[in-house]
Amino acid sequence: MADGSMTISNHVKISARDVDVFYGETQALDKVSVDIEPNSVTAFIGPSGCGKSTFLRCLNRMNDTIDICRVSGDILMDGMDIYERDVDPVQLRARVGMVFQKPNPFPKSIYDNVAYGPRIHGLAANKAELDQIVEHSLKRAAIWDEVKDRLDKPGTGLSGGQQQRLCIARAIATAPEVLLMDEPCSALDPIATAQIEELIDELRQSYAVVIVTHSMQQAARVSQKTAFFHLGLLLEYGETSKIFTNPDHEKTQQYITGRFG
Amino acid sequence: MSDPAFDITALSAKHVSDASARRLKRRHWAEVRLRLYGILAIAIAVTALLILIYTVVSKTLSVSTEYYLSLDVPIEVTDQQMERITDPNPRLIPALDKTVRASLRTAVGGDIGRKERRQLNGLMSQDAGYELGQAVKADPDLIGEVYRYDALLDDQMQLYMQGYFGTLRELRAEGGIAVLPGASDDEVEIEVPRSALAEARLLMQVDRSREARALERTERDQARAVSGTEAALSAATSEDERARLTRALEGFRAQRDATAVKAVAAQTAATAPEHMFALRSDDPTVFVRIEKGWVKVTEMAPELVKGVIIDPVRAAGQIAAGDWGAYVFERPEAERKVNDRQVLWLENLDRRGKIDERFNWRVLTAADSSNAELAGIWGALVGSFWTMIVTFLLAFPIGVMASIYLEEFAPKNRLTQMIEININNLAAVPSIVFGLFGITVLISGVNLFGIDLFDGVLKAITNDPRSTPLVGGVVLALMSLPTIIIAARASIKAVPGSIRDAALGLGASKLQTSTHHVLPLAMPGILTGSIIAMAQALGETAPLIIVGMNAFIQDPPAGPLDKSTVLPSLIYLWNNQAERLFDGKTAVAISVLLLFLILMNALAVMLRRRFERRW
Amino acid sequence: MLPLSLLIIAGLSLAFFVAARTRAIAAAGGTLASLHSRPGYHGMFALLCVGLIGYGVVIIVNILASYMVSGEMREAVARIAPDLTGLSAESALNDARAIVLGNVVSKTDAVREELAGVFAGLNATRVWVVSSAGVIAALAAGGWALSRVSTTFRARNRSEIILRTILWLAATVAIITTVGIFLSLIGETLNFFSKIDWQVHKFLFGTTWSPLAGVHTGEMSPDKVGAVPLFLGTAMITVIAMAVALPVGLFAAIYLSEFASAKTRSTIKPVLEVLAGIPTVVYGFFAAVTVAPFMVGLGDSLGLAVEAESALTAGLVMGIMIIPFISSLSDDVINAVPQALRDGSYGLGATKAETITKVVFPAALPGIVSAGLLGISRAVGETMIVVMAVGQSANLTFNPLEKVTTVTVQITMLILGDTEAETAAGPAYTLGFALFIATLALNIFALRIVRKYRQKYD
Repeated sequence: MADGSMTISNHVKISARDVDVFYGETQALDKVSVDIEPNSVTAFIGPSGCGKSTFLRCLNRMNDTIDICRVSGDILMDGMDIYERDVDPVQLRARVGMVFQKPNPFPKSIYDNVAYGPRIHGLAANKAELDQIVEHSLKRAAIWDEVKDRLDKPGTGLSGGQQQRLCIARAIATAPEVLLMDEPCSALDPIATAQIEELIDELRQSYAVVIVTHSMQQAARVSQKTAFFHLGLLLEYGETSKIFTNPDHEKTQQYITGRFG
Repeated sequence: MSDPAFDITALSAKHVSDASARRLKRRHWAEVRLRLYGILAIAIAVTALLILIYTVVSKTLSVSTEYYLSLDVPIEVTDQQMERITDPNPRLIPALDKTVRASLRTAVGGDIGRKERRQLNGLMSQDAGYELGQAVKADPDLIGEVYRYDALLDDQMQLYMQGYFGTLRELRAEGGIAVLPGASDDEVEIEVPRSALAEARLLMQVDRSREARALERTERDQARAVSGTEAALSAATSEDERARLTRALEGFRAQRDATAVKAVAAQTAATAPEHMFALRSDDPTVFVRIEKGWVKVTEMAPELVKGVIIDPVRAAGQIAAGDWGAYVFERPEAERKVNDRQVLWLENLDRRGKIDERFNWRVLTAADSSNAELAGIWGALVGSFWTMIVTFLLAFPIGVMASIYLEEFAPKNRLTQMIEININNLAAVPSIVFGLFGITVLISGVNLFGIDLFDGVLKAITNDPRSTPLVGGVVLALMSLPTIIIAARASIKAVPGSIRDAALGLGASKLQTSTHHVLPLAMPGILTGSIIAMAQALGETAPLIIVGMNAFIQDPPAGPLDKSTVLPSLIYLWNNQAERLFDGKTAVAISVLLLFLILMNALAVMLRRRFERRW
Repeated sequence: MLPLSLLIIAGLSLAFFVAARTRAIAAAGGTLASLHSRPGYHGMFALLCVGLIGYGVVIIVNILASYMVSGEMREAVARIAPDLTGLSAESALNDARAIVLGNVVSKTDAVREELAGVFAGLNATRVWVVSSAGVIAALAAGGWALSRVSTTFRARNRSEIILRTILWLAATVAIITTVGIFLSLIGETLNFFSKIDWQVHKFLFGTTWSPLAGVHTGEMSPDKVGAVPLFLGTAMITVIAMAVALPVGLFAAIYLSEFASAKTRSTIKPVLEVLAGIPTVVYGFFAAVTVAPFMVGLGDSLGLAVEAESALTAGLVMGIMIIPFISSLSDDVINAVPQALRDGSYGLGATKAETITKVVFPAALPGIVSAGLLGISRAVGETMIVVMAVGQSANLTFNPLEKVTTVTVQITMLILGDTEAETAAGPAYTLGFALFIATLALNIFALRIVRKYRQKYD
């Protein structure tokens, strides 16, 4: 396992097959199969309540924290079933980072926010290493220049866009292989959104990025692959350019032209 | 500062390393630990509650019955007593003490000396004669008859019958014994089989052995004092000091030697198989029953005991197996309020079926008394009732009016803000301070810089408001206000604005809207909050004892202006009493109080369930 | 007499209600719609006028009259017994009053009898003046209200203004009570300080507490009113109580809100609520009857000398009492921490324990601190447990196994003791004042923390 996860031997980072999700009696996802590629951005689009966020949360087993949620089917990461009994969701989430819809910095200093992941996972051997991780992460999240003079100030004091980049930096600092982003720009203004989108494109160099978005323009701008969800079904999945110009499915066509949503 | 070549993605490898797996194990263990702390915390709280409930329930059950002595009393009254019986005033009741006591003497039989008479009379409650007087006053035809009267036992005797001091335990008695005359008329010597008193001897040996250990420790301490003084003596320079130390040394040595002698004696007693024990008042009591007579053992060898005759026994001779018995009472006489003589009377009476156990209605229906066996909670219960009435009549309307004002009318200004802060702060004022407020503002008046600002507010209603449910109720009302107001405001706030708009739109005034539409809809919530506040007030103690509601009142109050006590004060008062029977009665008061609290809270929960509305 | 006049005023208000209502109907002359306000409102207006003015006059005149009576009585003392001063003069006055009112009298002598005679006369006059003034004012108000009845009179609006004022008055009861508490405490406190020649530091920092030592000479020695042993005893018991309640309450709250299943939560929470609903006097009984003997026995078996009335026993039981308080307040603040923060932490691969200790707990900390402060305020002001479980001996010790005493115990004992009220009240009220200020400060501080914290998440 240790070797397999490091070398990207094949062209698929995460492979989901026939994933069903139930909330109690209600079925939220029906037989969803998707392959997520490394070093690319995959966008999940679809009308609200279509299951795109639910599916995203399956990828790092965040659904485990909801008591009534049941997941079946196979989700393989580097060929390993992440729902296998001996996979520790805590370890999995360290490898599959997540950024949420609403910026949620902890009520701690900026430094402590970013250092949170490395500290709990023991990534840094000493203070100098930790400093290095924090600085690097903030730089990767394109927020270093704005906060480098006030690392000891609370993260909650930043603007919305800055907070979201701080959360991205926090996710990066944990050294994940995959980054999940659940509508990361929905609470932000257009300028902050543009900054984040730029950042996502930049992050693609190092990570497999999966982004849920309700904005088709955003999906078109940042992603290489797009999956269209509708009523718990994955209706279409393919190259972003193809989905937006020549979708196979009629529903996709209707959705991207704004006939429903 | 930062290495440009640093690549954070390289750190990803750490997540799947062995070090990380070990770390994960530790991290998960930390979670188990936190969970365990939580379970432990809850276990502590639940255990405390269970122990508390067990204490209250077991003590309550200990007084669930009370004991009576069945006596056949020939009713004779003196002229003076007759006057009281025929007097129409129902409160004039003769105490037929002599009559009852005479019957008790007849019941136990035998010659009873002057000293013993007091002990015998001590079996019965002080009020036994008075209660007989009541019965005779209720039915004067009894005079001249022999009346079957059940006299209440004294509180210590009640405790004895409950088994509070332990029990008189029969020892294994095989074979026959020989009774020999003793040194004097009321003494006797008995030859017993070795096995009969083996257990009693063992108790004594253990006790003496423990005593020997303690004496040895004392001896060591005293020996240290001796050697210390010796050292000081050898170092002493002045003649005076030498003389003083020599005297002290002599004293210490004498003490040490005396202790040593005692220690050896105790050790011998504990180990020598044939030792003759002399029983002291801090030793268990050993009795020998010979037919119907009783001997209290004073000295005890394995096969021979000496003792004093308590109930007459056959002068001398052989007693066959079955006609005699040996008994031990482990709690020494010095450590119980029921002496050996009384124990034997009670045991004899009990054997003859003269002691009657009945359900204890008295503790519920009687008023307070300084005699534990007579005391009951009724007076305090009635006092609590009147106090709660006053509290509710004041706190509920004021609380509701204040809430309506604050929710519906109050402008957002400094005064309103001040009122709100005040309500919150009032909730945090220690209850005892409300008591102090009660005695000055309500009872005796406020005096500032030697000027009487105003007289006690409640003096406008009654001359002496101290100790009355009125003053207690007012204090509790002020204390409950914050709770009621907070609950009432919450439920008024929960009434949707659309209902107000509808009423206002139909031309109702704001006041009409509030009283006709908002208030009825908010009422279940307000009532729920008020009941919970009343439940809190019912258990409140400190302010009430400060305003004098801890007074010893024998009659239940007839209204809120009569002096009275309340249940919580009664619990406090009884807890201070020395008589242990009050422990059980206190627990009864607590049980009744808790019962009312449970009922009130159940009512509140029911109201909430029944009328809860989600807008 | 006075109660009778109060009843008369009540009767008058009802009578004027009926009269005004009848008169309004008559004024309408058959067409009720011609009235601005319905007849009931005219009646209501009359009722409110009579009642409020009648009772208002009674209260105001009574205050003025009482004030004048006490002035007269002071002069009477100076005239009849010029050698009586200070405390003894006051006690003579009180006895004179008690003789007249039939209360318990501490002693009677010629001076007191004479004073009683003076007081009886003055008091009778006062009662007459107050009663008649009240009734006359009520009648006048009723007459005026009746004269206002007409078709155009806006009785409804007027009544509503009055009723609104009454509502407002009800709301100000809280303020009046606070003022009353303050007045009742401050008067005796100042009295007490003047008796010890304003050596307030001797009260605050002195270490010998025996305020009634010189009671027979009517003097109070500033050297014997040092409240430090009381403060120390209170602090010790509070510390023990919080050492029990804070960890137990907090861990219980964390378990219930973060780990327990819904079913466990719905079973355990009522149990904690029961613990919260038990009156403190029951905890006092529990301490005295169960815990104290247990602690003594435990001490014996460990070779420690534990006194039956030790600070430890009272502290432990008080801690148990405060557990539900801490746990329910902590539960509230822990639940108020947004789920987004927990998700953020889980999303980074934190375990539940790490999320709780590193994210939830720090976020809830202000609320928990304020819960702790409120808990301390409760422990400091708690009376029954300590009165029933610890002694009265003002022992200056740091050993929790020994007897101590607390502020509340001393207040209770001073008030309930045999010493006459005038002497005992000084130290008792001063302690009460200290207690009032301390708990008020704690409460205000705690609420401020909570308010600050709420702003952060709302």
